[in-house]
Amino acid sequence: MSKNAIQYVYHPENFDKSDPLLTQLSDLKSQEMIINLGPQHPSTHGVLRLEVVTDGEMIVKVIPHMGYLHRCFEKHAENLPYNQIIPFVDRLDYAAAMNSEHIYAMGVERMLGIEKNIPPRIEYIRVLVAELNRLSSHFLGVGAYAMDIGAFTPFLWMMRDREHINRLLEWVSGARMLYNYIWIGGLYYDLPVGFEARCLEFVHYLKPRLVELQKLVMENQIFIHRTANIGVLPLDMAINYGVTGPMLRASGLRYDLRKVDAYSVYPEIDFDIPIGEGKMGQVGDCWDRTSVRVEECWQSLRIIEQCIEKLTSVHARTNAFDPQAMLPKKIRPQKMDFYCRGESPKGELGFFFRHNTNFDIPARCKVRSPCFSNLSVISEITQGAMLADLIAILGSVDFIMGEVDR
Amino acid sequence: MQLLTNRSKVVVNKEMTLMEKLYIPAIFGGMMITIKHLFRKKVTIQYPEQKREFSKVYRGKHILKRDEQGRENCTACGLCAVSCPAEAITMVAAERKKGEEHLYREEKYAANYEINMLRCIFCGLCEEACPKDAIYLTEELMPANYDRSNFIYGKDKLVQPLGTSAHPKTYKPYTK
Repeated sequence: MSKNAIQYVYHPENFDKSDPLLTQLSDLKSQEMIINLGPQHPSTHGVLRLEVVTDGEMIVKVIPHMGYLHRCFEKHAENLPYNQIIPFVDRLDYAAAMNSEHIYAMGVERMLGIEKNIPPRIEYIRVLVAELNRLSSHFLGVGAYAMDIGAFTPFLWMMRDREHINRLLEWVSGARMLYNYIWIGGLYYDLPVGFEARCLEFVHYLKPRLVELQKLVMENQIFIHRTANIGVLPLDMAINYGVTGPMLRASGLRYDLRKVDAYSVYPEIDFDIPIGEGKMGQVGDCWDRTSVRVEECWQSLRIIEQCIEKLTSVHARTNAFDPQAMLPKKIRPQKMDFYCRGESPKGELGFFFRHNTNFDIPARCKVRSPCFSNLSVISEITQGAMLADLIAILGSVDFIMGEVDR
Repeated sequence: MQLLTNRSKVVVNKEMTLMEKLYIPAIFGGMMITIKHLFRKKVTIQYPEQKREFSKVYRGKHILKRDEQGRENCTACGLCAVSCPAEAITMVAAERKKGEEHLYREEKYAANYEINMLRCIFCGLCEEACPKDAIYLTEELMPANYDRSNFIYGKDKLVQPLGTSAHPKTYKPYTK
């Protein structure tokens, strides 16, 4: 062994220092037991570690340990100009990067006061790609959830359909998942020629597939037995914990920031907000949450169709159209605190900016991540559930660890 | 404490009919679906042999372009390094000597140009920032390697080889 090689020295006391258990062994009753789930566990959707106190098969307490995927986004953003943060915004919620970009770009545009000057074609393209990505994110969520509770086929089928969306977005932006497509004041490229027709073709392809998904997953008896009446989240608890997105809507509140805030061109588009109705069990159970996601896929398809209709008629492609024409030469917002929020597939994604210099670098860029708030409620809704249901509840939250830890 | 989850459920064990007991129609029905999928169009490709088509704007490995006469376009202005969010690009500028006009297009050139591919996030901002059309992100994928030091790409790996035509990726819809 060479002199400079690093030798691994085993220090058992460091394990307790790094991420200690929050429950004391001395506090446990005689029949209780601590089970450590994760961070390397396939059904925790990344690197989430759960400290589960169980009483036989029943769960007494669940404590999530986070931070295994911490990449210092907020600190990093304090050292970068606004336009260079966008590639890192992609990496927050890597399953729905377009939505994050859209909300981030919207926030900076409002700070600069140029959001009214953005041409409608650009806004329609943004909404189109964001809704495509919302579909992709829900496919990943539903497919991975079905796989968590034992069905392998839906995962592969969802991946197959998701591949079409990835290819479409690659055609537009040049990358499959981390797009860097929506820029402050514009877009990287215009839509490629023929995209609208291909996208419409995809919508027609997808509709029978969604019916298939409905039959394969949502009406499957095994799936219903695993998810109905499990992990019921009452509406008051959801509001108290700041839960947003499909999880809140599954608990019965018709709350969608696309309607509430009516940002971008969403007020011009006709779509509904599906909510959980407790068809298979109680309102707000795991089945409702998945059902809301599947219903949202239908609504996203409606939005996409309307966007394409507008993009081929009123705001059709012209030679003079330049998606980068509106890019601000210098990004110098006023000194202010600003919070901008929008509806990402997981819920309310917000960016808080504090700008107090004359440079184009934010003094603070805080992310209000929907996954983090949604995840925080699991310690409540898993109480009294069975150990096997913990995985079902965890999957129905549909979180992305990249956004939880940032 | 009142439990939020109610798992108690009435289990119904319905008597199966004779046809259901045989299981043959169900097995046959399931087999039909399997056979039907055998003749569908396959969604996967055999990767190393077959390669899929990339989008025209795909952002893969970088290339430093030469012009039609084989001279390097890069003038080491440093705009790509400034615009890089991951701080992956470093360069050393040098002045063109007499007799090197066939090598470098302008009076200044990059004597040393390095991209740390482990830092690079393939966002394409360097390509956007370049005023001389020198750096492009090509459709080539980044190969893997066993050694971290091999990921620091110098001019030997980045500059377009002499004699090759301009890279197929010349699609840049909007020139400023």
